[in-house]
Amino acid sequence: MMIVKEKHNADVLEKCPTGIKGLDEITKGGLPKGRPTLICGGAGCGKTLFAMEFLMRGAMYYGEPGVFMSFEESPEDLAKNFISLGFDLPDMMARGLIATDHVVIERNEIEETGEYDLEGLFIRLGNAIDSVGAKRVVLDTIEALFSGLSNIPILRAELRRLFHWLKDRGVTAIVTGERGDKMLTRYGLEEYVADCVILLDFRIDEQLSTRRLRIVKYRGSSHGSDEYPFLIDETGLSILPITSLGLDYPVSRERISTGVPKLDTMLDGKGFYRGSTILVSGTAGTGKTSLSATFADAACMRGERCLYFAFEESPSQIIRNMGSIGINLARWVKKGLLKFYSARPSLYGLEMHLLTFHKVIEKFDPQVFVVDPISNLSSAGTASEVKSILTRLIDYTKMKKITTFLTDLTHFTGSLEHTSEEISSLIDTWLLLRDIELNGERNRGLYILKSRGMAHSNQIQEFLLTNEGISLVEIYTGFGQVLTGSARATQKAEEEAFELARRFEVDSKIREQERKRKVLEEKIAAIRAEFDAESKELHLIAEEEKKRQAVLAKDHLEMAHLRKSKPSDPPTKRSKKKKERSVR
Amino acid sequence: MSAVSSGKGKKKQSGSIEEIWNLRLYVAGQTPKSITAFANLKKICEEHLAGKYRIEVIDLLKNPQLAKGDQIIAIPTLVRKLPEPIKKIIGDLANTERVLVGLDIRAV
Repeated sequence: MMIVKEKHNADVLEKCPTGIKGLDEITKGGLPKGRPTLICGGAGCGKTLFAMEFLMRGAMYYGEPGVFMSFEESPEDLAKNFISLGFDLPDMMARGLIATDHVVIERNEIEETGEYDLEGLFIRLGNAIDSVGAKRVVLDTIEALFSGLSNIPILRAELRRLFHWLKDRGVTAIVTGERGDKMLTRYGLEEYVADCVILLDFRIDEQLSTRRLRIVKYRGSSHGSDEYPFLIDETGLSILPITSLGLDYPVSRERISTGVPKLDTMLDGKGFYRGSTILVSGTAGTGKTSLSATFADAACMRGERCLYFAFEESPSQIIRNMGSIGINLARWVKKGLLKFYSARPSLYGLEMHLLTFHKVIEKFDPQVFVVDPISNLSSAGTASEVKSILTRLIDYTKMKKITTFLTDLTHFTGSLEHTSEEISSLIDTWLLLRDIELNGERNRGLYILKSRGMAHSNQIQEFLLTNEGISLVEIYTGFGQVLTGSARATQKAEEEAFELARRFEVDSKIREQERKRKVLEEKIAAIRAEFDAESKELHLIAEEEKKRQAVLAKDHLEMAHLRKSKPSDPPTKRSKKKKERSVR
Repeated sequence: MSAVSSGKGKKKQSGSIEEIWNLRLYVAGQTPKSITAFANLKKICEEHLAGKYRIEVIDLLKNPQLAKGDQIIAIPTLVRKLPEPIKKIIGDLANTERVLVGLDIRAV
């Protein structure tokens, strides 16, 4: 087991890091160490730059001095060409890190007669390698030998010997070759350099140039096999393979305000997650830029740095327009917290845009990054290219924990819930701005289509742009209809009037009832009074009667007393009583 | 063969206004090709430039830095330093006709 393992380790191909951004990722470590690599491509595709950068970075960052053997350009020309890319060739030569040798073959000066070999070249190369202790060698372009010398069989044999010799010396070499019609190189160099072949390509599609790189062959190693776009800018070559970034970036629980308090409320009361990706999509004139500017303003207010990529408007125009809704962006620009970057999307190819994003982000190190709008990028490439660019961009910003705010202009045709670049899966929070056309006016509505990792509102809010910025208003949802704008206001007033009228009606009914009750009570009182009066009268009559009886009795007694003979006279008394009863 | 064997086969011609042919032969060690080349060169010079030539043999194994100056890539290489312009002939100089053409020597 042990032996197998050791053997395995010995077999693993050692790699030599190039230091070229992105290349070491797709080659999984760099070029094969101690072996020659062929870089081929057409004129102007960046072969010499590739080779020079490999040497320079090796000398600067990996402690590996190098030799640049040029068959075309003189060291003076090379120095001039590369100083603009930040490589100071004369300085590196003075410090003994790089040696150059310019091989000039003038065919008209040279006569060939009989047998020869290229030992002179070997000696020169060996001498240069020894002079700096080189670990890296570049031969650019060795094919010049074919045009300078006519004995092809000797040349081929010598080239084969040269590559063996380079391997024996243990130097990692780059050999460049001009692209041929049928073969990778015009003179079939790929026959000799069998370990690693990288093809550079320079294409123009729809007036936009794209450089691409492909690893044709890499013996003994797995490698990315796609065509990778690459760029040449003032820092040299950069390749941005889509596969070089994974999904293992850290996430934050921190929340940041959207700049609109009501929107924060809709987003679980706290706003966006830091480092998340936000997309605002909507048709023209729905307030996407205003929302972006509000978000940028809020970020700067927190003291964060914000990078604003504008593809439609110039910075000064954005500042002016946002001033009209009460957002003063100029002060943040002055403070250095807000940085605008304005460019027409069609100015460069997509890859260049991505590179620009990368470079500006790296330089400015923002916490918040706004692209307004991403839909314009599609004018610089096909849909799949745009998606690839955005995926890489979002991966990159996520890795750097930058909150990314993208806007997307959707078209009137088709579904709103559909981004033109099909990147919805990459988006964490998706806000949709839409027009609500009703009763002859157009109003703006905002709702949250999705927001990962939070309980968000499902309500459509009316989106108002006021002199004091953005405000969100609950839209009218009574009586089974949705109303906005003046219709909402009218409906509200109408409803209030109706309510008032109804309240009045109820009140009057209550009053009527009260009155009725009072009448009733009065009636009851009257009847009772009458009744009382009657009973009083009755009582008086009874009293009267009693008195009268008493008087009668007294009279009777008196009469009896007077008569004496007749002590009693009942019949008279009885008749009188009868008379009384009849009266009643 | 010494490292810089100048003046080998040199023949002085006193008082001559005629130009001296200054020839340099670059070799890398004593390989058969180098030896052949030197022998061929010597023969041609004796025949056509008797008394007015100088041959300098440079062994690049001993002085590798000298290869750069004359832009030597092939071995052996014969360089005509003088008279101007510089001419180069690579190979073992087996074809005398071509050497004469290469050195621009007209038959005397």
